[in-house]
Amino acid sequence: MNQKSGIFDMIGPIMIGPSSSHTAGVVKIANVAYKILGGQPDEAVITFYNSFARTYEGHGSDKAVLGGLLGFATDDERIRNSPQIAQEQGMKYTYKAVGNASTLHPNTIKLELTKNNKRIEIIGESRGGGLINIASYNGFRADFTAQLPTLIIEALDIKGSIAFIAQVLAQDDCNIATMNVSRKAKHDIACHFIEMDTALENITIQYLLHLKWIHNIIYLTPIT
Amino acid sequence: MSVLFDNFRAWQQYCEQHNLPLYVPVLEYEREQKGNSEEFVWQGLARAYQVMKEAVQTGLTQDMRSRSGMINNGAKKVFHHPLNVLSQEFKEMISSALAAKEVNSCMGRIVAAPTAGASGILPGILTNLQKIHRLSDRKILEGLLVAAGIALIIEQNASLAGAVGGCQAETGSAAAMGAGAIVYCLGGSITQVFNAVAITIQCMLGLVCDPVAGLVEVPCVVRNASAAAIAYSSAQIALADVSSVIPVDECVQAMGEIGQSMETRYKETALGGLAATPTGQQIAQKVLIQDIEILNEE
Repeated sequence: MNQKSGIFDMIGPIMIGPSSSHTAGVVKIANVAYKILGGQPDEAVITFYNSFARTYEGHGSDKAVLGGLLGFATDDERIRNSPQIAQEQGMKYTYKAVGNASTLHPNTIKLELTKNNKRIEIIGESRGGGLINIASYNGFRADFTAQLPTLIIEALDIKGSIAFIAQVLAQDDCNIATMNVSRKAKHDIACHFIEMDTALENITIQYLLHLKWIHNIIYLTPIT
Repeated sequence: MSVLFDNFRAWQQYCEQHNLPLYVPVLEYEREQKGNSEEFVWQGLARAYQVMKEAVQTGLTQDMRSRSGMINNGAKKVFHHPLNVLSQEFKEMISSALAAKEVNSCMGRIVAAPTAGASGILPGILTNLQKIHRLSDRKILEGLLVAAGIALIIEQNASLAGAVGGCQAETGSAAAMGAGAIVYCLGGSITQVFNAVAITIQCMLGLVCDPVAGLVEVPCVVRNASAAAIAYSSAQIALADVSSVIPVDECVQAMGEIGQSMETRYKETALGGLAATPTGQQIAQKVLIQDIEILNEE
């Protein structure tokens, strides 16, 4: 599953310090949330777990997460001042720390965000070297890295839906790299997380979205 | 066909067979593995070097105090100190490495090369190498490619992560990258370049990762300066054709073996070494979050 490293993994990434896992990775997780939400949240409840719980201030993870929620990239120097910027822009936030969530990855962060009437919850893991994994989205097990174009499709749990979606993507010349589907219950809502090797045409997304059994689609471009 | 960077020996053989400078197979590797054009690579390297230079400047001119207070404008103090223990160049080189690394600790922009914890070493080495020897930017960028090749091989045969291999894997690898780049840029032979890498690794072997309070500050910042100094001393030795005796590939193997058998408390967990000293623990008490919820887990 791991790709071979390239020279810009060795001479890079260019990032705001001090730590690729505690700073850059945290910015990226928050960037995913920013994209899913379609902008910065009005209100954010941020929970740092396990190894993150004690060191999130010292490593600047608190500033990193706000920077990411404001849409700043990992090398944006404004991250250092993100608490002031968040305040100026009226973004409310609170931090929590939980020390012993043994079922979660050592470097885990939970984001509970609201924007207008939209509410989302994301659990992300910072896996070292700035790599991340989005472990869950709104309670659905997700497992995607945000390194590839990614589709999040909320749809009814009906027969043949997975094959149908895969077929539509194939018609758009799109190879699926990874795909995870989890559901609330039988015949309830299922959530598809699809990582693809290439970008998707907007018309393909529009086509899928007009189908009655598909409720919502979020298309994420890779996060650098 | 490109060398796949399994080891230094294959890299050397390939270059000697095809009469190529060391950086060329690294460029070919990137093109084949990542599909990046040559132009893209040179631009990316130029951007990285620019950020390195800016980090040195920032660290030497702006206020560098970390949130914990452990880092407090050390680079500037060294830079402006009137007494040179060795030479003006040595002092400037040491303060440049400190400066770029302090920028990292203080949430400024750096190049992780190969990691954020070691982000002062190549800037300290290369900016001063260029200045002292009046090297062209192009030569420095070639040196960066050689450094990247060195890191790719170390990553494959040992590790670049403090959590996996201790500090030797981070600052040790960065120093090895820097030493190779120095000898390459000054026109040394491939054997001399790899001797410099080997000697540097020999000098950095066994170094544990024991950061006070788990922060990338103490001893990380001063170790960036010492690693840069070791890179220069190894380059000086290797350029004079002094052999590392143990070939570079075997030195990397040794580093991997030592990393594997190193106890967990010496691998970035802040449970051993300097982090576990009374003062280290006192500082941790002061700077770490104490208001932590503990779940009732069944």
